[in-house]
This record gives sequence, structure tokens and C-alpha cells, in this order.
Amino acid sequence: MASQEILREEPSRGSFINDPKVRGIFFQAVVIIVLVALVWWIVQNTIDNLTRLRIASGFGFLRGRAGFDISDSAIAYSSDSTYGRAIVVGFINTLIVAAAGIVTATFIGFILGIGRLSHNWLIRKICMVYVEVFRNIPPLLVIFFWYSGVLSVLPPPRESINLPFGSFLNQRGFYFLRPIWGEGSWLILVALLLGIAMAWFVARKAHQRQMATGQQFPVFWTSTALIIGLPLLAYALSGFPLSFDYPKQSTFNLTGGFQVKPEFLSLYLALSFYTAAFIAEIVRAGIMGVSKGQTEAAGALGLRPGSILRLVVIPQAMRIVIPPLTSQYLNLTKNSSLAIAIGYPDLTATTGTVLNQTGQAIECVLIMMVVYLALSLLTSAIMNVVNARMALVER
Amino acid sequence: MQEHDLSFVRVEMALAQSAPPSERGPGAWIRKNLIASAGDTILTIIGIVLVAMILPQLISWAFINAQWTGTDRTFCATVAQGGVQPDGWSGACWAFVNAKFGQFMFGRYPIDERWRPILVAILFVALLVPLLIPKVPRKGLNAILFFGALPIFAFILLVGGVFGLPHVETSLWGGLLVTLSLSFVGIAVSLPLGIVLALGRRSRMPIVKMLCVIFIETVRGIPLITVLFMASVMLPLFLPAGVSFDKFLRALIGVSLFAAAYMAEVVRGGLQAIPKGQYEGADSLGLGYWQKMGLIVLPQALKLVIPGIVNTFIGMFKDTSLVSIISMFDLLGVVKQNFSDANWATPQTARSGLVFAAFVFWLFCFGMSRYSMFTERRLDTSYKR
Repeated sequence: MASQEILREEPSRGSFINDPKVRGIFFQAVVIIVLVALVWWIVQNTIDNLTRLRIASGFGFLRGRAGFDISDSAIAYSSDSTYGRAIVVGFINTLIVAAAGIVTATFIGFILGIGRLSHNWLIRKICMVYVEVFRNIPPLLVIFFWYSGVLSVLPPPRESINLPFGSFLNQRGFYFLRPIWGEGSWLILVALLLGIAMAWFVARKAHQRQMATGQQFPVFWTSTALIIGLPLLAYALSGFPLSFDYPKQSTFNLTGGFQVKPEFLSLYLALSFYTAAFIAEIVRAGIMGVSKGQTEAAGALGLRPGSILRLVVIPQAMRIVIPPLTSQYLNLTKNSSLAIAIGYPDLTATTGTVLNQTGQAIECVLIMMVVYLALSLLTSAIMNVVNARMALVER
Repeated sequence: MQEHDLSFVRVEMALAQSAPPSERGPGAWIRKNLIASAGDTILTIIGIVLVAMILPQLISWAFINAQWTGTDRTFCATVAQGGVQPDGWSGACWAFVNAKFGQFMFGRYPIDERWRPILVAILFVALLVPLLIPKVPRKGLNAILFFGALPIFAFILLVGGVFGLPHVETSLWGGLLVTLSLSFVGIAVSLPLGIVLALGRRSRMPIVKMLCVIFIETVRGIPLITVLFMASVMLPLFLPAGVSFDKFLRALIGVSLFAAAYMAEVVRGGLQAIPKGQYEGADSLGLGYWQKMGLIVLPQALKLVIPGIVNTFIGMFKDTSLVSIISMFDLLGVVKQNFSDANWATPQTARSGLVFAAFVFWLFCFGMSRYSMFTERRLDTSYKR
């Protein structure tokens, strides 16, 4: 003990300059001084420039009248609304297109990823060509392709293309029937929620019973019956309150129904198709990452191929898949900002318009940065919860 | 006690089994790969239907029905649209790409001066190809010429204003020239910057570490468009009045910083994968920090993350197309700008131009990814099972 303490107290024999601790402190001090000087310089310049341009800093401008129209709005908005509301409209549009894109891209991506590992040569090659094509072209180009290459050369409204279920496709977008919820339709929603809750309860009970006795219960069919059957029952009981508003062709335009604008459609399709190629590669890597011994062992236990995939391979593959999948979801959300190129009013586009009108560059860019950062953090937080549930629970 | 003899001798011959299906030849291949089971057969039929729906249309659009030559829109428009093609015609308008090819490559670069970008391109290829082929000797000299001398020479030649070369504004640059020069500079800047950021993030100095983490996570959390917005509207505010940057340079800074943040994360992955013993071994040899990193750790770490680095390069190459949003004319920007040319406006113009641009982008990205796979195999020293 004593000798150790003596050793510790012994001063470093090297030169003072060569002590890594001293160097570290010195270096960091230099970094701070340079940084502070730089920030001070930038702030001074900015203040000078702002006074010269007579722009008042602060977020007061958000209460001003916007004065511009937004073509796609989920909430009530007119040109008399405030700048703040315009930005909120854009934010909601970003959320809508990102959420829709994530769902579709995941769906297409999983099909393609599994398809790339198919035993079937033709399916494998088709999926490979898709992935190699879409992975290697810029997303912006895909958006333009859908917008100016496909959707804008569709026939005018008068010669709309008829599609099933009374929907139409033309230059101005995709029209489909809009459900009109009549009196008492809240009962259907309640029944749907009740069905989901009951299905969850049944699944839990069935799992407990299987764990205790080994007897299985057809959870899937019961759940399907509950989730679909209960709302149908409620629909019948409340006197069929649902009716549909079909789009109708008039001389120059289509009236009624629900219109999806070509801007949204091309952004949504492009983001889905582009991101799907990346998700396919992630899924493929995930499935290939599960060692062959697992499949063989499951086979030796007598599981059927479907059960092997569902019970053994996919749960293990998901552990590999989820972290990169999260970053693809984040990429899709960030890529939705390309909406500005085709004029879909997402967050970047509306905030950009506000920026141009007010000249409040710093505040507007700050709003964009904070919102996208918050979205990124939120998405990763959700996916981290999913990941924690999927992660390997070791004994 | 002797048991009864239970041995059994078979008297009749077992029936000969039919020969197993051949494992060779096209028949066996089809059996194995296309119609192995009922489900497989259904998938094959779906696949054939898909291919039959898409491929003939695509080929007839791109080749058979395509219009290869022509001087204006009438060559690519149907009679109803005021052109010469029969009604219902649908084919690529390669005549448009042909007529605008110079613009797609160089933008509005003066026609008399176009030998300058062409010369730079020739030098670029002449230096790049030997650098990429492992067998060609003198890699060091080659790399110095490529990363050191070529950019300086290209800058002088492309911008001009000295040695009797007329000055060419960067606002006149366009097309593939902008795409390639943005990505080349972006790649050359983002890799070293990314390495520095990654080292900073793993540094023991708390302030340096914190700064690097804040930079990396902020940039990774926001879209490139926002960064470009920042570069184009906020940078002028940050500088003293009167000082202004070239627009091209601003985009360059934005793209490079953006790629550097992603690069830093890729490099960090490599640094984390190097066992601690390597760091300690370097320390015990008495190497300093930069010697340790430069001679021992980074060569191993970078080799591990070549795929990630190339993926970031590919991502950046694709991202350069975003500068068209802040009204610069890269390849995609020029193609898009030409849609509004009244001389060529037909329903097929946009499609043809975009397919051409997609093909160019695809060629570069696909080439990069294939070369990275080749390098990965070449540098792979481990024994794979």
C-alpha cells in the first residue's frame, strides 16, 4: 500500500508540455476561444445585417396574416390565416405523407426482400432488378418522373380513366368515393375499438393457456371475426348510417368524391417506391443473418416451413432489421421535404414561402430544424420501444 | 436354450425404382428453379405475367417506337398534337436528348470554351482509371496527382481568368459538369472531415466530444434541403455586409458538411470495431495520438467500413440533385429546365429527359457500388467459411 501511494505521488518525469492532460486542457481552451470568437463575429454580423435590412427578429411574425393559399390542407386554412397556422398546415402535410409512405414502403420492401431470397429464379431476378434500379437513382428524379413523366400527361378531366369502385384518374389527380358518416356511426367506431380490445384479450388468454396446457386456440380467426364482425354488427344495428359520395363527371371537371392531388400522389408514390428498395435490402440481410442451424433445428423439431418462418426465422431477423429500418423511416421523413420541388405544401415548402414573404430567415430555418429534429427523435423513440420488445432476452 | 432362427432372407427381387429426375440440363433447372412446387409455379406465372406486361411496352417505348432524330417537337408529337407521328403513338423522344445533349453535359458553359471541361474530364478519367486498377504501379504519385494537382488544374481551367483564358462564371456552369464537380469536391472534403469528426466524437476531451456530437446529430436529423436553405439564405446574413460567396461555393459547403456528418458515423463504426488491444499496442510502442491513429487504427478501421463509405458517396452523388431546388442547374435541373422549352414540349419530352438523367445517375451509382464490392473482396484478408 505504502509503495503504491509513493508511486502515485511521484510527479510525471516528462516535460510539462508533453503531459496529455495539460495538452488536452490547452487544446480545448483554444477550441472554446476560437468558437466563441466565431460565434461572436457571426452574431455581430447578423445583428448588423438585420438592422440594415430592417428585419425585426423574434417570432412575432407568426401572428401576421399569411396572404397565400395552400392547395392541400387537412385543417381549416385560408389566405387570411396566420403564418403560424400555415406552418402547422405544412407540418400536418409532412406527417401525412411520411406516415403513408412509411406504411407503403414497409409493405413493398418486405415483399421485395423476401422475394429476393425466393427459391424461384424469376421472382428473385425481378426483385433484384427493382432494387438495383431504384437504389441507384436520386429520389428527386423519381418524384419528377411520377409528376411530370406520368401523372401530368394523363388525360384531362373530361376523358378521365375509369377505375373500379367508381374512382377516376386524370391530370388533376385520383378521385375516389368518400364515405359519409351518418347519424349513429360513432357506434361503429366504438365497436371497432371494442373488437380490437377483445381480440387482444383473447390472444393473451390463448397464449397463457398454451403456456400452461399446450393446447392451442385459433387466435387469428377469432380476432378477425371480432375485429370485422363487431363493427358490421354495429353498422346493422344502428340502421346502416354509412353512405358514399361518388365522384361524378360533369362537363369540365369531376365533382364530389375525394380528390388526391397529383402532387401528393407523386411524392407518396416516389418515396414509397424509392425507400422500398432500401428496406428490401435490409430485410434480405436480416433473414440471411439468421443462421441456417436455426432453420434446420426447427425443421428437426417437426415444424412446418410456414411455422419455421413465422416462429423461428422472422423473430430473430427482426432484431437485425429494426435498427436500420428505423434509419430508413427517418430518411423517408427527411426526404419528404423534397415536396418543395413539385409544390406539395409540406413543412419545408410552406416555411420556405413564409421565409420569402417575411424575410425572417433565421427564425424560419430554426423552426424547420427543430421540427425535423423532433420528428427524428420521436420516430427513433418509438422504434426503440419496438426494438426493446424484440431484443434478445437472455437468461 | 437355442432360440428359433429369426433371420429373414428375401427371396424375390425388389422392384427397380424409376430413375430419379435428372439433376442436369435445362429441364432440371426449370424444375428446380421455376416449378418446384404448386406455389412456386403460381409465383412463376405471376412473374411471367408481370414481365410480359412491362417488358414489351418498355422495349417498344425505348427502342422500337422511339424517335431518334429530329429538330423540333413535331418529330415527337402525334398528328392530333400537331406533329408527324400517328395517333396513339408512344415512344421515347431521344431526339430531344440528342438536341440538348451539350446542355445536359455543360449547362450554359460557353460553346467556344467547352474544350475546357472536356479536357478536365479526359484528365479525370486518365488519372482515375489507373488509380482504380490495383495492378497499376505508382499509386502514391497517382493519388497525389488525382487529389492534389487535378483539382487545382481543373479549377484554373474551368473558372479561367488567368493565362489568357476567358473567365467563366459558375452561374453558367450546369449539367453533368456541376453534378460531377459538386460530388468530387464533396467526396474529397467529406471523407477527411468525417474522419476528424469521428475521432472527435471518440475523443477523451469532453468539450471536443460534445461539439462533435452536437454537430453530427443535428445535421443527421435535418433534411439536406434545410441545410441548403441555410447555406443559401443564412450564410449571407452571417457574413459582414458586402462580402458574398459564390452560389456554387455555398451549395458545395452545404453538401460537404452534410455528407461529413454521415461519414463520421460510418467511420465511428469502424473505429469501434477495432479491438482495444490495437490501441494499447500502439500506446505501448510509444506512438503519439496521431501516429497511433494514422498508422495503426485508421488503416484497419477504414478498410472495415469501405462499403459504408461508398454508400455515403453514392448517397451524396444522388443528393447533389437537390441543388436544383435552390435554382442551380445540375444534370436534373437542366433536364427539368428544358421541359419548358416550347420548341420541344410534347407529352413524351419529360419522360425521355428524365429517363436519360436516371440512366446517367444510375450508371455512376451502380458503377461505384460494384467497384466497392470488388475492393471489399480484394482487401478481405480473413478466412471465410
